[in-house]
Amino acid sequence: MGEKKTPLYNTHVERGAKMVEFAGFKMPVVYTSIVTEHNTVRNKVGLFDVSHMGELEITGARAAEFADYIVTNNVDRLEEGQICYTVACNENGKVLDDLLVYKFSDERVLLVVNASNTDKIYAHLLKEKWDDVDVANRTADVAQIAVQGPLSKELLLKIPFCSDVADGIETLKYYRFFAFHKDGKEVIVSRTGYTGELGFEIYLPAEFAVDLWNELLAGGAELGVEPIGLGARDTLRFEASLCLYGNELDEETSPLEAGLKWLVKLKKGDFLGRDALAREKEEGSKKTLTGFEIQGRQIARHHFKVKYEGRVVGEVTSGTFAPYLKKSLAMAYVESGLPADANGYAIEIRGKDIEAKRIALPFYKSRAAD
Amino acid sequence: MDPKDYRFTKEHEWVYVDGDVAVIGISDYAAGELGDIVYVELPEKGSKIKQMDPIGTIEAVKTVADLYSPVSGEVIEVNEEIVEHPEMVNGSPYEDGWFIKVKIEDPGELDVLFSYDEYQDYLGEQESEEEEGSEEEEE
Repeated sequence: MGEKKTPLYNTHVERGAKMVEFAGFKMPVVYTSIVTEHNTVRNKVGLFDVSHMGELEITGARAAEFADYIVTNNVDRLEEGQICYTVACNENGKVLDDLLVYKFSDERVLLVVNASNTDKIYAHLLKEKWDDVDVANRTADVAQIAVQGPLSKELLLKIPFCSDVADGIETLKYYRFFAFHKDGKEVIVSRTGYTGELGFEIYLPAEFAVDLWNELLAGGAELGVEPIGLGARDTLRFEASLCLYGNELDEETSPLEAGLKWLVKLKKGDFLGRDALAREKEEGSKKTLTGFEIQGRQIARHHFKVKYEGRVVGEVTSGTFAPYLKKSLAMAYVESGLPADANGYAIEIRGKDIEAKRIALPFYKSRAAD
Repeated sequence: MDPKDYRFTKEHEWVYVDGDVAVIGISDYAAGELGDIVYVELPEKGSKIKQMDPIGTIEAVKTVADLYSPVSGEVIEVNEEIVEHPEMVNGSPYEDGWFIKVKIEDPGELDVLFSYDEYQDYLGEQESEEEEGSEEEEE
């Protein structure tokens, strides 16, 4: 299977981005420096090509009801134009993917899934599908551009692409979206993101992507806009302590363990994984996701061992030197029941136990994000 | 100091020879490939090191690399400034971002290292190999 390219591939190459393979796509990992790009999003505004993300559309009389059965959060209670973050679990209550559900109406919902899981979730939906719903994979036709940072709203209000929908952008609330038509084709704007900052995500026909990207770069020049690669996308989500599938989440992990209890609505109707999750809630989770601050500047990376009073009690899922907070931080699973906010922990880094202080998540929270 | 006068290893360290002292760092290319460097671990002053032994660690946001010594000898100075400000290695790999100074034990060891031009050729070869590799993957 060859590598896929997003509609913005040439734009990235022309700008000198370093390109890497990610989830089958050739994606920009860094344009200038991860640290610089990271802080551009924290302080100003950045653009992300996230066209690799999967868009799966469910339609039919019971579309929202079917989505409600697939995911743990309550889709039924969403208003039209509202979004929820959620996970889809298997029968064992373990995470198949974390995703966003956009509710257009009871008859139409859009699932936005991780690029690495698009095929898996599409197949899962087809397998679980009810007779009166249809499922379509729109990924190849839909481009996605994320505009993130404290100046993101100001930027969107400046560009011609959004001139007809300025009021909609001005008043759009967190985890809400609206759709409009351009040349007869649908464009979706949502107040969502993966950075911990004020931000928007725009879904649009692939053929519009280059024009919108260039409008955003030109219109945002005086705001200091920069394109941001996957490297900073990862450090931004990490600093905001948002889960990454494959690191904090996988088919061995439940949402309760991942600190995503707020996504699991046991009192709604039946859904996949419900019985297992109800049992886990009653019996307690075996492991818990937590944060660590490492003494010094060394980085605790994925799979490094976590120790408590000399005994291995868990494993790092993500770790880096947080570019904005300027600390070496790690997210890790540890056995449940160990003391929180305490000393006595260490992380083994290349054969040496480095002292680490257990701290609560999230590491970073912007006051303006929601 | 002009990198054209330096010698280079296959692992992308450089060495500048000043009498019997070798100043050691990593190349512009290496700093760029590693990306933002956030931590460096250097050998202690006074320690004895051997040519191409791993003598330190360079940690960047996305990856970690070993530092290899281009020459054998005794470490006579370490750059404490890059320990405090590792980003200096990205900013000035050939000058302010030097790592250590070593008293050279055997000047003959320098002969196996690349000249600046040889190192540029070596980088060119590596890049074209990478491109060929990715084309193969696509098939």
